[in-house]
Amino acid sequence: MTALLPRRGLAQILALIVILAVDRVVSPQFFDLRLQDGRLFGSLIDVLNRGTPVALLSLGMVLVIATRGIDLSVGAIMAISGAIAASLADSHGLPVVLAAALGAGLVCGLWNGFLVAVLGMQPIVATLILMVAGRGIAQLITEGRIVTFSSPDLVWLGNGSILGIPMPVAIALGMLILTGAVVRGSALGLLIEATGGNARASELAGVGTRAMILAVYVWCGVCAALAGVIAAADIMGADANNAGLWLELDAILAVVIGGTSLFGGRFSLVLAVLGALIIQTMNTGILLSGYPPEFNLLVKAVVVLAVLLLQSPKLSGISGVVARLRGTKP
Amino acid sequence: MKGLPPVLITAFVLVAGFALCAVQFPNIASTRVVGNLLTDNAFLGIVATGMTFVIISGGIDLSVGSVIGFTTVFVALAIERWGVPPLLAFVAILALSAAFGAAMGAIIHVFDLPPFIVTLAGMFLARGASFLLSTESVPITAPVYSTVSDFALRMPGGGRLTAIAIIMLVIVIGGVLLLRLTRFGANVYALGGGRSTASLMGVAVGKMTVKIYMLSSLLAGIAGIVFSFYTSAGYSLSAVGVELDSIAAVVIGGTLLTGGQGSVIGTFLGVLIQGMIQTYINFDGTLSSWWTKIATGVLLFAFIALQQGLVALARRPVTKRAGATT
Repeated sequence: MTALLPRRGLAQILALIVILAVDRVVSPQFFDLRLQDGRLFGSLIDVLNRGTPVALLSLGMVLVIATRGIDLSVGAIMAISGAIAASLADSHGLPVVLAAALGAGLVCGLWNGFLVAVLGMQPIVATLILMVAGRGIAQLITEGRIVTFSSPDLVWLGNGSILGIPMPVAIALGMLILTGAVVRGSALGLLIEATGGNARASELAGVGTRAMILAVYVWCGVCAALAGVIAAADIMGADANNAGLWLELDAILAVVIGGTSLFGGRFSLVLAVLGALIIQTMNTGILLSGYPPEFNLLVKAVVVLAVLLLQSPKLSGISGVVARLRGTKP
Repeated sequence: MKGLPPVLITAFVLVAGFALCAVQFPNIASTRVVGNLLTDNAFLGIVATGMTFVIISGGIDLSVGSVIGFTTVFVALAIERWGVPPLLAFVAILALSAAFGAAMGAIIHVFDLPPFIVTLAGMFLARGASFLLSTESVPITAPVYSTVSDFALRMPGGGRLTAIAIIMLVIVIGGVLLLRLTRFGANVYALGGGRSTASLMGVAVGKMTVKIYMLSSLLAGIAGIVFSFYTSAGYSLSAVGVELDSIAAVVIGGTLLTGGQGSVIGTFLGVLIQGMIQTYINFDGTLSSWWTKIATGVLLFAFIALQQGLVALARRPVTKRAGATT
């Protein structure tokens, strides 16, 4: 478990390939790429681009879940940071806008981390508070309107490109590498896993579990804020009501698909991002196939259930399923 | 000490809040406003009653909002498009939602999965299914609907106690009795106190889990029917986010989110507090609706922090044992 890409993950890669193949059948031009005005275009790039917010959220969420926690407030944090970025964009420079928006995410993460690590609240409950109140705060910032902006700097963040790669994708990739380097390049990842595996035992062994929990929620908040800025930059505006709505669920789903156990103790950053891509590839495929987008929810529900059943402690993997079918039914 | 002190605090917050509102807007203190408050929050009261059982047993049910949405669409389509008599449609949807809840409970128990994630999948499933039925709002014109909507008991002072408010009150009272006076209710508390402890005491944990989620989904189905009476339409996007409102009501009502402690009466008061905040904002006119969310969030925080303090106090003299929240 020391390498960035662990040995497990074959299932996820296969799943992605299968879904990509289905998409290819549904839409023959799916793999076409073309370079226009120094930027790549095509369905694949579209999948990456649209998948960015969830991929960023899952980067933070996977660490939180590794400590046996959960963060329901990421959607609301996206709305807050998007609202801040949009309201400041036309009057301040990009550094100030980014600092303010990411700072807000940091404060939100600190609040969640404080409730969980210091006050000892259950993570679901602690983050529920910000989930409920956060959207209200975002609306307070935008005064209930949809704030639009035209600052070219911020728009570039959402629609520009670097070396032909769309900016959001480049940012997500950068964050993945940064997070991976920090977490897996040091003992931090191990300590986070230890905290999730058994917080009490880890504490007795000298792990600063409180600091770990605080840190993962702060990181999750920052990632969510970045996702919020990108989402706002993408549509050149902030909609406090709908920005990041239900994305917390997609992020959790991405992490679960990535094989990270909801019971904490182990995680994989790359697979979580892969999970986000699988979700987006499914979404795009359903859209391309001409089925109503409402099918998305049904498909997601079935996928979650299937992955969960495989993850269930009572059935460890396929062998468990087989053994169960052979006659050890309850 | 079964949940009494937190309920008293909730009651105090409600009375004090109502008094403050009444001082600023004397018109709030009328049976007319109170009657409307009960009508507007009837479906929330019903669904929150079911949620109370789930949370006391140590679980959570995120699917209720979607079940309400599915119910309204199903009922509307059954009555208007498929020509099913309303009563038969109600029975069918209640059976369906009960079965849905039972299935979730069974998955939670058999596969030992966190209720949070199983009901999350249920939420996707029910919402997706309602989208499949219809993405448009389907108006319901059956005569039963106008009869029920018109029916109301006159209260002194011009207030109207509508049929759906009465249904809600009956279900809340039923919930109180079920939780307090029956073996089922005692088992719910036992389960929340600790699953293995409850199992050792002879509670059929599996059966109870199935029944509790069945109850929650059944009540969500009833809430859906009530919601369709309220709006006279079925719409797949109705009641989005109600699961959070009902969890908030349960927590504000003094039920411990870790399970084992709480009351239906507290939940009812929690629903009324949320309705009161909404009413106040409507009366004020200058405040925007997002203040409801912020106020609810602040109240949630205050009550959870309070619970945390009470639990810490209660645990101090007891020897530390994981899961034993008495």
